[in-house]
Amino acid sequence: MTLALSQLSKTYPGRDGHPVRAVLGLDLLVQDGEIVALLGSSGCGKTSTLRMIAGFEDVTDGSITLAGRRIDTLPPDRRRVAMAFEGYALYPPLTVAENIGFGLARDRRGLSRKDADKRVQDVAEMLEIADLLAKRPASLSGGQQQRASLARALARDADLHLLDEPMGQLEPQLRAVLRGRVKATLKARNCTSVLVTHDQTEANAMADRIAVMEAGVLQQFGTGAELRDRPANLFVATFFGEPPMNAFSARVQPDGLHPADAPGKAIALPGVPLPDHGVNVVLGVRPHHIRLGEGTLHGSVISNQWLGDQAHVVVEMRDKIVVAVSHARVPLRVGESVAFGFAPEDTHIFDASTGRALAHGMQRP
Amino acid sequence: MAHTDAHSSRLGRLLRGIALTAVVVFFLFPIVWIVMMSFQTNEQILRIPPRLVFEPTLINYKALISGKLVTAAGSLDLPFMRNLGNSVLLSAVSVLVSLVLGVPAAYAFARFRFRLGENIAFTLLSFRFAPPLLVLLPLSLYFQDLGLANTYTGLIWVYQLICLPLILWIVRGYFEDASPDVEHAYRVDGHSWWRAFTRIAIPLAGPGIAAAGLLAFIFAWNNFVFALILASADKQPVTVGALAFVTASGIQYGQIAAAIVLSILPTLALALYAQRWLVEGLSLGAVKG
Repeated sequence: MTLALSQLSKTYPGRDGHPVRAVLGLDLLVQDGEIVALLGSSGCGKTSTLRMIAGFEDVTDGSITLAGRRIDTLPPDRRRVAMAFEGYALYPPLTVAENIGFGLARDRRGLSRKDADKRVQDVAEMLEIADLLAKRPASLSGGQQQRASLARALARDADLHLLDEPMGQLEPQLRAVLRGRVKATLKARNCTSVLVTHDQTEANAMADRIAVMEAGVLQQFGTGAELRDRPANLFVATFFGEPPMNAFSARVQPDGLHPADAPGKAIALPGVPLPDHGVNVVLGVRPHHIRLGEGTLHGSVISNQWLGDQAHVVVEMRDKIVVAVSHARVPLRVGESVAFGFAPEDTHIFDASTGRALAHGMQRP
Repeated sequence: MAHTDAHSSRLGRLLRGIALTAVVVFFLFPIVWIVMMSFQTNEQILRIPPRLVFEPTLINYKALISGKLVTAAGSLDLPFMRNLGNSVLLSAVSVLVSLVLGVPAAYAFARFRFRLGENIAFTLLSFRFAPPLLVLLPLSLYFQDLGLANTYTGLIWVYQLICLPLILWIVRGYFEDASPDVEHAYRVDGHSWWRAFTRIAIPLAGPGIAAAGLLAFIFAWNNFVFALILASADKQPVTVGALAFVTASGIQYGQIAAAIVLSILPTLALALYAQRWLVEGLSLGAVKG
């Protein structure tokens, strides 16, 4: 079942006459059986998009097509979507088992009682809530209710599964386990799915492709590797990846880039397709591509933390904070001066005014 | 108030007990006194000094229930039971009509933003700001023309001024408190808007609706001025009917007291039955703006 969002826009009437544009001209094509994550910070429009797909919000402009049917004009009950709610939204008087089986009964009128019960049981076991099936939502913890809500959505046979922050309340360990299981379940049943999350780890782990949104606008839509290696603009570059990419303001000169925070220094980037001389750009380098102890730039170490499997070294170059990640311990003390640099192929060049990517290493975007 | 160890010391407990008793006596004394009066004859009541010990009599209740008031000046018909029936009918039907109109309206105001929505909601609330007499003068003229004067329909209509804003605003707060996500979940599970409203939204706001209904019932029950102006004897509720006890041969205190006791009973029973809901309703729903 393919989901197509075409020029989708949502404008809320603002309180004081200023309309709030939550989503602007969003185009997105989710292939049959694909899991797509809408990733962004709060207020970026990802939840509004999901609510428009589900039918809780009117579409201001554009269209939504699911399995060949135009659904944005249909009421929610006729869209054939299943949804896991961030706020759980379980039916208070029903047991967990009844909650999970509730929508299922309508999807498959021919489904036998036994098969339906088995489906509920299977989903509950997968999410480790099989021992809670007889309880009512009020007696469950937040994490348990969240899994019950997720189970209710996963149990259904819908054309589209919508998952709104489905694991926000779970403990990290359980979350790591369930990410894999939920993905495997969705894949095994070829469920086309849209996942809304602000957690990039979750997006990376569960989604086939990730749509990064900011200020109502789709910034980039691609696989995790594409977003990491070829960010379309400065926003995606600094938003996606942990810790975030280092960004240096710089000006293109004949002998290379002149960083604003290192006057008199020139960074030669042989092979990188730089724009014309005099253009202001932003140079991006991911923390694990910063090489400490070699290079033309200098700074003083302001912190050096070993996180168990990697070292985070924070270097201050004038007022600019630079983060470097190393997989071995780094013998640097706080206050010590250190040289650092990076290879031309590990750089990203962005237009300083528009933020658009101009080069990734030696390649043009 | 400064919080000290006083509540654990013996003196503190004693003082607290005295204070509580004083409060209880202060609030319950008028009611207790009226209950006592209702079992006395007019002569016993008017004795000076009044006595706490007396020979109880059921003469007042007998007069009210039989509808015959015997005074020194002769026998008088008392339509008290009919008044009581009118009170029950007017209050109950008014609340029912208000619930039917007000609950869906409250839901709309809570869930949907529409043009002039806030203004309409506030206008409905403002009906309660207007002094009733201001409304009544023109209203009584219109009611004469429309043939609604001295009809149950007309009175119930006017009673909407009392019940509808109350129900609308309390229940609206309840709907706003309840997350719409449960209704949304029900919608995506394949149910219509109407079913989500009746099967999910109304039960979730149930306590608020019950509390608002009860409050509206009490307000309607205690209303005096609407019925005084717009209804004649056979349609009057007890509040107006009580005027009949001021007779040519004096004020019938005993019967007034008995009438008060009888007219308190229905609301008291209803309030006791729904007390838990009422407290919850006031604390959760009404406070929210």
